[in-house]
Amino acid sequence: MTTAVDEGGDSSKESSRSRRRRSDQADSLDFDPQAPLLEVRDLQVEFRTRDGVAHAINGASFLVREGETLGILGESGCGKSVTAQAIMGILDSPPAHIGGGEVLLRGVDLLKLDDKVRRSVRAERVAMVFQDALSALNPVFNIGWQLGELFRKHRGYSKSDARKEAVQLLDLVGIPDPENRVSDFPHQFSGGMRQRVMIAMALALDPDVLIADEPTTALDVTVQAQIMQLLADLQKERDMGLILITHDMGVVADVADKICIMYAGRIVERADVNSIYKNPAHPYTKALLESIPRVDMKGTELASISGLPPTLTKLPSGCSFNPRCAYVKDRCTHDEPPLYEVDGDRRSACHYYEEVLGR
Amino acid sequence: MGRYTLRRLLQFIPVLLGTLFLLHYLQSLSFQINGNPIRALFGDRQPPPETIAALTRAFGLDDPCLTQPGNPCFGLFFDRLGNYAQGDFGVDFNRQSVIDLIIRAAPLTLRLTFIAVVFESIIGIVAGVLAGIRKDKFIDNFVRFSTVLIIAVPVFVLGVLVQIGSGLYVGTWLAEQGAPEWLTATFSITYQSDHPWASLLVPGMVLGALSLGFIARLTRTSLIESMRADYVRSARAKGLSGTRVVGIHALRNSLIPVITYIGIDVGALMGGALVTEGIFNIPGVGGLVFQSIRSGETPVVIAVVTLLTMVFLLTTLLVDLLYAVLDPRIRYE
Amino acid sequence: MSDQGTPGIREGNAAASTRESPAGHPSDDVDDRDDEAQERGKKERNASLWADAWRELYHNWLFVVSGLLVLIVLSWAAFPGLWTSNDPSDAGQCELLNNRAPPSSEHIFGTTVQGCDMYATVIYGARPSIIIAVVVTAVSVFIGMAFGVVAGYYGGWIDTVISRLTDVVLGLPFLLGAVVFLALLQDQNIWTVAIVLIALGWTQVTRIMRGNVIAAKGQDYVEAARALGASNFSIIMRHILPNSIAPVIVLATLYLGSFVSAEATLTFLGVGLQLPAISWGITIAEGQLLAVGGFPHLLIYPAGAVIVTVLSFILLGDALRDALDPRGR
Repeated sequence: MTTAVDEGGDSSKESSRSRRRRSDQADSLDFDPQAPLLEVRDLQVEFRTRDGVAHAINGASFLVREGETLGILGESGCGKSVTAQAIMGILDSPPAHIGGGEVLLRGVDLLKLDDKVRRSVRAERVAMVFQDALSALNPVFNIGWQLGELFRKHRGYSKSDARKEAVQLLDLVGIPDPENRVSDFPHQFSGGMRQRVMIAMALALDPDVLIADEPTTALDVTVQAQIMQLLADLQKERDMGLILITHDMGVVADVADKICIMYAGRIVERADVNSIYKNPAHPYTKALLESIPRVDMKGTELASISGLPPTLTKLPSGCSFNPRCAYVKDRCTHDEPPLYEVDGDRRSACHYYEEVLGR
Repeated sequence: MGRYTLRRLLQFIPVLLGTLFLLHYLQSLSFQINGNPIRALFGDRQPPPETIAALTRAFGLDDPCLTQPGNPCFGLFFDRLGNYAQGDFGVDFNRQSVIDLIIRAAPLTLRLTFIAVVFESIIGIVAGVLAGIRKDKFIDNFVRFSTVLIIAVPVFVLGVLVQIGSGLYVGTWLAEQGAPEWLTATFSITYQSDHPWASLLVPGMVLGALSLGFIARLTRTSLIESMRADYVRSARAKGLSGTRVVGIHALRNSLIPVITYIGIDVGALMGGALVTEGIFNIPGVGGLVFQSIRSGETPVVIAVVTLLTMVFLLTTLLVDLLYAVLDPRIRYE
Repeated sequence: MSDQGTPGIREGNAAASTRESPAGHPSDDVDDRDDEAQERGKKERNASLWADAWRELYHNWLFVVSGLLVLIVLSWAAFPGLWTSNDPSDAGQCELLNNRAPPSSEHIFGTTVQGCDMYATVIYGARPSIIIAVVVTAVSVFIGMAFGVVAGYYGGWIDTVISRLTDVVLGLPFLLGAVVFLALLQDQNIWTVAIVLIALGWTQVTRIMRGNVIAAKGQDYVEAARALGASNFSIIMRHILPNSIAPVIVLATLYLGSFVSAEATLTFLGVGLQLPAISWGITIAEGQLLAVGGFPHLLIYPAGAVIVTVLSFILLGDALRDALDPRGR
């Protein structure tokens, strides 16, 4: 088993992981233990519609290591979910088309794998938690069946063995009385419980990478905190890479190590969480932070970002943010900024990031 | 589940009584306004009054309330209900018990309905699924076009055209070629009692044709909707094969409305198949109604329709209960 | 339980002839929702539902073709003289000796059992079917809307009464019910057929209208109107009706097709229009008995007319429904 060598994590965890991988087709792949856990390089995704081509993702690049949490932040429609789906390989392929780029899992480009192998990678190595658990769970099958399915289909377990695993999983994510609850249907759970079930489903086969697409958006604030805590605990326990996708800056601040800010299908800033919040290097990030209402600003006008996000079929020339930018200059309207290196690991896609930083 | 069943039952009973009362009231009203139908039986002849009186009594039409237009005749209604409960649906003008006539005719209708339902379900669902998974491709357009065509053709037109085409042209050609009897019986113009299944094949398909159109469309739409659902994306994210995702996750959901439709259809088809049996001369329950209309035996028509209505309402109730079995969300309402 | 649908055509019963399942599953609009997502992006103008719908419709060739066919059939009913100078009900026009003649240059569709020109018979046969279809649709929709609005808006016991009444009438399988009514009426002409069809047809409109009204009632703009002091009547007329009416329009077009079919079926069975009226149902009934004897033209032309008419109405209704579907917006 390739992952056993480099992880630097608990070796007993590794051997248990390898024990569970009995029927793993992905075993035949040439994983490079030195390569980063998940690296996305210059991903391009477009949607071919009757109205034109919508450039949903225009060159996104980022990296996640084991044990690390990467937050992807952005407004609705900026391409965060599409990125997640592209990594998982579950984009609806006639309208969607992957135009270029690589998704490297320990050095193996998932985009180039054939269907069957790709499928075995899903859920086994990279798993996803969806936003609305009520619609993401099949309403006509009970939870035990849906959880057990992963074991039955990926590992060849029998029905009763799969069920036992399902009960254990429910217990792991904190669902009380799992023995009985396992035969219940999704609509019989509360919102928070359902989300825990979704997490259980994602973790079932012990993946290396977990992508959580707006896992708490549909939940109450108190439940949100519980779920985020659960995710953090589980991640630590299993040394997984976690990609957290959200539009809520508050949620991500607590949990993430690194943050990518997305706008109109591009990553416009990438940095560790502290730098982003303390001193943003991109006008969009800055505007986002400024638009968060603060108690000490009571009585003053609410700050907002003027204008609307661009339609993906007609992106502005030059920097996509230029129509709404407070720092816009002539160069911005025709020269698309690359991801400049600000310092160390920090990147910003703005020609004038120095100015934004206040240097 | 128990509460749901109870509620459905409580809704069912007043509707059943209401519909039966509606039939009864209309019948009474008709007698009150149009006079005694017995008299019309005799055409131009003038039978002695005692004969008429005797027959009137035999048909239970001698209740005084029937002379007062508008009188709902509750007494008569409850008497009738009592009779129905005992299986007494009156007699026809030849003194044969209606229930006996129905019992004799029922097996044919059941056979016909069975053929129709099997035909429409299998072909309808398969066509709908194929159209759904290959949306906008040739098979999809073909299914959409042909189903609209089928739905647009009134049953009797289809029946008549098929009868001519299959019975007259194909059937006689086959006979000329010396084809085996069961084959010519399949393509005959009318029902033949020595080939009870073969000669019902074509009429069964005619009967099921309209529903086939609806079933195919419903299956298609339902499947397309299901495939767009979030849980299908989750299923894919679980690394399951395309066949499994569509064949089990999507299909199980999308078949719910289809199966309930088929369930209701069973009741509806049994409810007469009036036109088909009339055209193909099938002496089933529908044929019974058809002949009774022709011969003016209104009480028989009413009696048979009453029974068929009860069957239909019962089927609707059963389908409602079935729905709860199929969709767990309903069970806990 | 089952809602929207085309009554009358199917064997036995209309309540089951649904395009929606008991769960209220939507019908065939999924495909065009794909296309409309594109259209939506294109037109940023502030267009009402109707303006949008119209713009979409005249680009849809199916709509144009079926619309034309419908207009043609309507003109047969309203102005038959435009299409043929031969009125079969005129005595002199039918030559009994020349009956059942196959198509020829003089009689392009041949002649009927009575020796009348088949082409003219088909044209004139449109009138009773169309009149019945139009009258029945108009009245059923009117009654259905009235009941539906009242039941949906006011709720309470009046809703219970109307709903139970709807259930009871729907408990009768459509065709059987129609046959029974007509047999009981003993008098069979255009008006009795129309009354019977209305008596059975109002129920589906009521169901749908009621559902839409209940949905519209819960919307915020109704709350807002009430808070501003609007009376019930004005809320209904200004807010609820305009927003619930689109599906009813679609149903009305489908109804037109179904009632043409229903009348033809009833006439064919012998409980609808009777001779000497000229109706497609009668012509087909005659044709059926004799086509078996080798005169296919007696059947093909009137049957074809019915099929084309019903098909046009259905396609028209389908196109309308896809255009008016607010989900595509």
